[in-house]
Order: sequence, then structure tokens, then C-alpha cells
Amino acid sequence: MGISLKNIRLAYGPHILLDNVSADLPAASLTAFIGRNGTGKSSLLRAIAGLAPVAAGEIALCGHPLATLPPQRLAATVSCVTTDKVRVANLRCEDMVALGRAPYTNWIGRMQEDDRSVVHRALETVGIADLARKTMDTLSDGECQRAMIARALAQDTPVILLDEPTAFLDLPNRYALASLLGRLAHEERKCILFSTHDLDIALGLCDTVMLIDTPELHHLPAADMAASGLIERLFSGDGLTFDAASGQVRTNKRQPAPHNRQ
Amino acid sequence: MRRPALLFALLATAVCVLFIADLAVGSVALAPHEVWQALTGGSTDATTRDIVLNIRLLKALTALLAGAALAAAGLQMQTLFRNPLAGPYVLGVSSGAGLGVALFLLGAPLLDVASHAFVRSLGIAGAAWIGAAAVLAVVMAVSRRIKDIMVILILGMMLGSGIGSVVEILQFLSNETALKSFVVWTMGSLGDVTGPQLALLAPAVAAGLVLSVAVIKPLNLLLLGENYARTMGLNIQRTRTLIFGSTVLLAGSVTAFCGPVGFIGLAVPHLVRMLFRSADHRILMPGTMLAGAGLLLVCDLTAKLLALPINSITALMGIPVVIVVVVRNRSFF
Repeated sequence: MGISLKNIRLAYGPHILLDNVSADLPAASLTAFIGRNGTGKSSLLRAIAGLAPVAAGEIALCGHPLATLPPQRLAATVSCVTTDKVRVANLRCEDMVALGRAPYTNWIGRMQEDDRSVVHRALETVGIADLARKTMDTLSDGECQRAMIARALAQDTPVILLDEPTAFLDLPNRYALASLLGRLAHEERKCILFSTHDLDIALGLCDTVMLIDTPELHHLPAADMAASGLIERLFSGDGLTFDAASGQVRTNKRQPAPHNRQ
Repeated sequence: MRRPALLFALLATAVCVLFIADLAVGSVALAPHEVWQALTGGSTDATTRDIVLNIRLLKALTALLAGAALAAAGLQMQTLFRNPLAGPYVLGVSSGAGLGVALFLLGAPLLDVASHAFVRSLGIAGAAWIGAAAVLAVVMAVSRRIKDIMVILILGMMLGSGIGSVVEILQFLSNETALKSFVVWTMGSLGDVTGPQLALLAPAVAAGLVLSVAVIKPLNLLLLGENYARTMGLNIQRTRTLIFGSTVLLAGSVTAFCGPVGFIGLAVPHLVRMLFRSADHRILMPGTMLAGAGLLLVCDLTAKLLALPINSITALMGIPVVIVVVVRNRSFF
């Protein structure tokens, strides 16, 4: 099992975001995580990454309860791509990716030969090997996002979490990124969970979809999620309808609206 | 030779040359062979030996230590706060150390504990450490809640100014002898460091520098921000404690014995980043220590040649660097 959530309660101040929810995400699966803004997607991802506690319940990664994993072990189990911008001048792309080897290097971060080859492979996997020597402040948003994913790959963890990796990307890049994640999940048997507002990507390119319907959490295969009626409920009251057949969201007026996402 | 290795060789050579130049230059004209004989214990008169060993050598060693210490402290603060304008002076840590010294020097006569030279040195150092630690603790606590770098800078400046006012009030209230010894301290000078003081300054700075080498890997991880650093296995609490201890030892000790020396900690890390074109602390940390030592030796030489106070020289050399950083507004973090 990659990620296992048991009876989780998640709160933000006095607000209960999730109450007594459970889900199991197996290895070799790509899961999209959808839900309205402010419903706790990032908070749950942070909790699974070990960056923040949950109010109640237990998170286990690869069968080990999160609370029992020391920082080093945790870093070898789960890697993250957050929404933080990393635009450090003078920091070369390959050196940034090499930081992902931190759980395996010595006190000063000395890279061995196999560390270097892991970094090189990671850069090639995400398709930015030619950018290795460019500095982080000179990359485009899409290149930067790929570099951060390469860093997560270099960390060589069975579980990878990504917080809105498709935001700020143009349409072809979104699809390219989602299929890259799918390939990683299936070929390298990783358990990948990413939050997104792209319904078509979530329903079309992922194995399973996790949806927050406050205070509940639903986790279904992508096709079942489209047919479940949950997505309609997500948008009810906003003058939007979800067409399960096409996987598109439309406004209730006659003319079809452009893709409604931020 | 690779670029970093070449630059390190050049920097190290420059520091050696500057160190020798600093020994050779002074208000009393001495021929190079006289300086050499005094250093090696050859036949010279007692006055020459006294000038070379007790004044120039002490001062040059102090410049070496203080420069490396302030620059290393500045580099750690810039990376920890992810703020290109952080430094021991800007964030008020030097002021905090100054307040500690003020309380000790102005209050000590009342308690009559400062009569013995070593007790006095230890008291000054201890007071500076406590003062530096107090300010740094406040700045770090606030920076954990407020991520805005401007807020942290303004807080540091306000703490510095506030402490300055408190010190003025203390001066106003204190007696003449205590006031005099404090005013002499505020003028800050590398030359006022005595042998016993250096015996306290050197191990304290050495300990601080060892700690700054120990946090090289954590600092590299912190380049990506605290969240990323933690997901890559960084023990953030331990790292903060180490950086805290290191900075207090480095900036506190130097401020205690040399007075407030500004801009070295702020400017040197930037100069080293530009020079090495790297963000890797395995290169930046030793580079910063060497360049800091070198720059303070340059400042000391300039101060000696022009007979000016060292604080003015470091400010005049550091300010252009700060202006360049602000104007270019590069994303360092």
C-alpha cells in the first residue's frame, strides 16, 4: 500500500475540513485530488508529507505509520512538489535536483557516482537534461515545474505528492505533465497523488480520483467518479453543470462556456 | 584548474598578502626586515618587538577572525531568512550585543565586579552573547509567523534603533568613568583587542566557524525553502538551533571586542556569490570566510593609512554592494 488514511480528521482553526475519512492509495497508481478552493487539499497533502499534523486519525506510508518514521526515513519514503517558487540565482538546475539526494548523502552532501547517475536519469525522465546547467532563475514556469519533479524523482521515494502541478502551465504542458506522472506511476510503480483543478485531466488521465465533499472524502476509479454524481454536487449552486459523458463543465446558460478553471 | 579551485587559491593568496601588508603598515614606520625579525624573535629593540607583536600582530589576527566571523554569520542569516539584505548588523543582532555590553560596562562599576581584566573581558563577551541571542530569538520567532522579508528587515531596524535609544538613556544616567569606557567601546576598533581578549575571541569565533561548517548541507537544503528542506529530511529545529548558536557566537563575540562593525556580514556573501557564480554553501561558506577576512584586512589597512575609524571604512565599502543588490533586485531566494 502506498498511502493509507485511516479515520482522518483535518481542521483549519475552528473549521472541520475532513471528518473521519479513510482512503487507500496503492502503489503503481496515479490519483488526482480534486475539490473546491479552501476545502483542505493542500492541508491534507501537507499532512501526508509530514509537514503538518492531523487533528485525529492515522496516516501510513508503505505500511509504516507516519508518526513513527524519523525525518531521514520519511524523506526516503515520500517526496513532494509544492507550490513554492524556487527561483534561486546561481543555483544550477542539476545542483537543485541533486539536493533530492540529501537523505542518502553524508553530512556535507557529497555526491557519489550512483547519486550523479540518479540525478542524470531524473533530468532525462522529465525531459530537461539539456537544461541541467542553466540556473533556476532563468527557467520558464513549465521548465521549473519539471525540474522540481526531477528533484522529487532523484529523492527516489515510493510515494510522490504534488500540489497543483498543472497550474501555471499551458494546455499541451498540462497533458504532457499528467502523462509523465502516469508513466512514472506505472513504469516505476510509484504511488503518485496530485491536487488539481483540471477535471478533464483528473477524469481522463488518472487511475483514481479523490474528491473532497466537505467533510467527506471520496476515492473512486476515474470512470466511476465521473458517473457518481459527486462532481455535479461539487459545482451545484454556482450555475454550473457537469456533463458526465463528455467530462466537461458548462454554465447553465445556453452557450457553452470556456473551460472554467483558475 | 577548475574555476572554484582557482578562485580559492587566489583568495587565500590575497588574504596572506594582506595579512603581511597589515603587519608592515602602521603609524610607526618599520622596515620589512625589522618586522620579520620581531616576528621570528631575532635581534630587535624592545619597542619594535612590542609594536609588531602586541599591536600589529594582535590587530591583524583580530581583523582576520572578525572578518571571517561576521561574513559567515551574514551568509547563514541570508539563507535562513531567505533574505538578501539580512546580516548581523541589519537585523539588530550587533545592536543587541551592544546593549548587553552597555548594560555590563555602565552597570559593572555599581557592582564593582569589573576590576579584574579577565573577568571584565568575560563579562563583556557574556553580555554581548546574551544581547545578541535575545534579539536573534525575537527576529527568528517573528520570521516563523511572518514570511514577508520586508517585515523582518523593518523589525530588525526598529529593534536596532530602539536598542540605540535605550543605550543613550543608559549613557545619560551613568557616571563619568563608566560612560567613558563605553563611549570608547562604541567607537569600535580592531586595535583595542588585548592579548587576553584575543584568547577569548579566538576560541569563540573558532567554535562559531565550526558550527557554520556543520550547517553547510542544511543551508543548501534551505535554499529551496523550509517546506522542501523538511521533506528532504532536514531536522529544522536542530538546524535553527545550530545557526542560532553559530550566529550568536560569531556576531556577539566580534561585537563585544571590536565594537559594532557594519556591512561586512551583509556585503561579503554577495561578493562571494558574484565571484564564484554559485549558490552551493560548500563553496560559499569557505569563500565567505576567506573573503570576509580579506575585506576586513583591506578595511584595516585603509583605516590605518587614512587614520579613519574602521566602522566608516566598512560602511563605505559595503554600501555600494547593498545598493547594487537592491537596484538589480535579483531573486536570490
